[in-house]
Amino acid sequence: MGPQAASLVLLTLFFACNGVNSSSVQQKIYVELKNTFPCVRLLNATHQIGCQSSISGDTGILHVLETESDLNWVLSSGPNPPYLVLMDAQYFNRSTMMRFRDSMRVAGVVLVIPKSSPPQGFSPHNSCPNQGTGVYSKNYGPELADCNTTVWNPLGDGLSYEDFNFPIFSLHEDNDTDIIRKCYQDHNVGVNNSAPQYPLCAMQLFSHMHAVKDTVTCMRRTDIQSRFSISPEIVCDALTDYNVWASIRPLNNTAKGHLNGEKLVVAATRLDSRSFFWDEAPGAESGVAGFVTLLATVQALRAVTETAPTPNNILFVFFQGEAFDYIGSSRMVYDMKNGKFVIDLDNIHSLIEIGQVALRRDSKLWLHSDPVSRKNSSIESEVKKLVSNMQHAGAGLRFSLDEPGVTQPLPPSSFQRFLREGVIPGVVLADHQSAFNNRYYESLYDNAEYLNVTYPPNLSPEEQLEFVTNTAKDVAEVATLVARSLYIQAGGEKANLPSINADPKMVTQMLYGFLVQPNNSWFRALVAPDVVQKLGPRPLQYYIGVHDKSDPIKTSTRIIQYILANFTGTVTNLSQSQCQHPENLPGESKDLYSYLWVQGPVAPNSTQGEGYCIRAPVRLSRAVSPAFELQDYGSKDYSTWAESRWKRINARIFLVASRDLEMLTLGVGVGVLLVSLLVTYFINAKADVLFSSSREPSSTAY
Amino acid sequence: MTVAVFFGCAFIAFGPALALFIFTIARDPLRVIILIAGAFFWLLSLLLSSLVWFIAVKASRQEEATAQKGLLIFGVMFSVVLQEVFRFAYYRLLRKANEGLAAISEENLSPISIRQMAYVAGLGFGIMSGAFSMINILSDSLGPGTVGIFGDSQYYFITSAFMTLAMTLLHTFWGVVFFDSCERNRWWAVAVVLSLHLLVSGLVSPSPSHRSRAVRTHNTCADKRP
Repeated sequence: MGPQAASLVLLTLFFACNGVNSSSVQQKIYVELKNTFPCVRLLNATHQIGCQSSISGDTGILHVLETESDLNWVLSSGPNPPYLVLMDAQYFNRSTMMRFRDSMRVAGVVLVIPKSSPPQGFSPHNSCPNQGTGVYSKNYGPELADCNTTVWNPLGDGLSYEDFNFPIFSLHEDNDTDIIRKCYQDHNVGVNNSAPQYPLCAMQLFSHMHAVKDTVTCMRRTDIQSRFSISPEIVCDALTDYNVWASIRPLNNTAKGHLNGEKLVVAATRLDSRSFFWDEAPGAESGVAGFVTLLATVQALRAVTETAPTPNNILFVFFQGEAFDYIGSSRMVYDMKNGKFVIDLDNIHSLIEIGQVALRRDSKLWLHSDPVSRKNSSIESEVKKLVSNMQHAGAGLRFSLDEPGVTQPLPPSSFQRFLREGVIPGVVLADHQSAFNNRYYESLYDNAEYLNVTYPPNLSPEEQLEFVTNTAKDVAEVATLVARSLYIQAGGEKANLPSINADPKMVTQMLYGFLVQPNNSWFRALVAPDVVQKLGPRPLQYYIGVHDKSDPIKTSTRIIQYILANFTGTVTNLSQSQCQHPENLPGESKDLYSYLWVQGPVAPNSTQGEGYCIRAPVRLSRAVSPAFELQDYGSKDYSTWAESRWKRINARIFLVASRDLEMLTLGVGVGVLLVSLLVTYFINAKADVLFSSSREPSSTAY
Repeated sequence: MTVAVFFGCAFIAFGPALALFIFTIARDPLRVIILIAGAFFWLLSLLLSSLVWFIAVKASRQEEATAQKGLLIFGVMFSVVLQEVFRFAYYRLLRKANEGLAAISEENLSPISIRQMAYVAGLGFGIMSGAFSMINILSDSLGPGTVGIFGDSQYYFITSAFMTLAMTLLHTFWGVVFFDSCERNRWWAVAVVLSLHLLVSGLVSPSPSHRSRAVRTHNTCADKRP
């Protein structure tokens, strides 16, 4: 007991008391920025793209880029490099970003996303999307490969595919950007064009990425970690999610491989999109318009296929990950080729793909087909029949349907992956004759406003859900066209065509939910109770993302699955536990259908719906590139895209003091220490001279 | 701000205390024990005063700024009074210990005088008080930013370091004066020490640094209560 224990208790108390709350001084120094969207690192077989910060963040003096002289200040004349540039959309282009990349004076870039899109168009994607993984190569249509005849995305500057060694973040205009601008105005603007005085406003960005070089390297490192480490550090993950497919008549999911005697018509579209920044991909024209059209098609076909069914079955597929070298479609084709899917490539009668369809010019729609496969006379006749069927189906609708009329390859589409394995007659429906009409292809600005999905300002959210926009009417017409074409292709009677119509109300509800507000009453009634919580206030983003154990299927994919179930399925009166295990119930078959429990409409005075069980021929199929199944990470045939992992992504602003002040502080500190050491030593040594003997009789010498 | 500021402020705040420790205390184990026990007594007084403040805050349950500020001023004054009370308690303890030390020594003389014990005890109080004030600020000074984005002075770290230095030395002096006046029953001198301590705490309390520090010290010890 005694002093040792006392000192031990003292030390423990000291450390215990001290470790907790160091935030009040931190609150005086740093302002944390919330709602930032970083650019992250993606890797493929040969390259890394995206952005990277150093492990302890990149700090730079803030500079707002508004004019050319600001650009010169950052790159050459400013006296306090490195700078962290805050820019508006007009400077976010290839030339400026390349100059920043080559300069050593730029510590990072923050883009303030404007409320209105740049009028001249902006696309950070490649000008020739998915160039190496389509069907055109030097062995197949070499004069059509590499966009030699048509550049599909002429506004694309390839910024998303560059590698930056500094962090790039994006912010929306809100309170945080006001704080940043105020800090800049107060501290970083010099008086009368002179250099600004310290302390200066600075920003620090953290987005350190663990993976480097390419997918081969990062998967090798992940394998080594998983094998030899107790707590493995995984450095990258493959991009993965699920495709959604459904059929008019159910297919037995346990019978894989070739289905004897069946020829199906396939209707395909893509689900996903991307942009320069992570998890920011509104994808209105490039993705949403397409899959909403196909969903409306499914709904339009429901009534007629029950009363007058077609001889052939129709398969609807929604492919995920098409922006990244056709992840979903390459996987499905691979499964079909290897007998792991319910049908085979030989079972496909023909294919109609819905591309970008919502921005028609002059009321024209175009049917793209592959000229190389059409050199085969039987394929040529099939495609001609398909085109004429579609033109017949489109009669009486408010647009004209044509083929482009020049020898032109297929636009980037999932159909190309099918053609790689064998010739199939098919067309791709699009609103563009040659180059895309979409001026914001795979960018942040491809949003609801670009498609004119806007609502009068005084409507409540529920009224907005019901309001039929002109875009919805146009998309409904395209869906009507596709539905009628599929009906004819599958062998249905042309007399039944007028009864096949897509419902504009349904289309506008889908467009509202997928582009503006997912948390609406229709979505809430349609999906499972656990998905309802994930319907956030922010519009859905369609970047494919990676597999997350807590959230294995993307919310948007699940919503599409449930909508498809609603459109193709029937309500049963099974209870919730029966819905999860319907194997032994008479009349129910888990092989033919999937059973989904949905929340159901919510009564006005309660929070939860009644819930019911839907039986639908809707399935999910895994969308992981075959390269990861075969562990051929350097594959040239399949997508090898992977996303790096990271620990910490945030941004903060603060003031920095001049180097002189810091050195002065250090100097004063060292001086005080030395002076006190000297003074104490001398006083102690001469203590008996300085202090006379004490008056206390019991005192001893020092 | 950076490592330079970290070391600069650490040396300013703890340099003289370190010098005093190296040259006058470190050689003698008895003095080391008295120093650490003194620091512990200061810590106990802070623990107790933060408990009282915590109870007062919970009892008041008001979110108004003026009520909180009033409570804080009350808390600081109560803390000062309690520190002096614990200094007195330590004095009584050391006197008892002195008799014990005299009894077990060979010449029936205590190896250390009350005056020396006063100095060491005061230094112990001062070091602990300084550590409590300064460690949080030092750890934040390691980051790249400096105080000022909300309008505070950018010399916050340096002024805090000098204040800590002043408080450490003041505690040492007050220790000597306090013990000496207790020995001679000069209670007016004890009152002078107490009032000087209150004065110094009151002078620095309105500054945002001390207010944040006081709240923080009260919070840290109160939150760690079982």
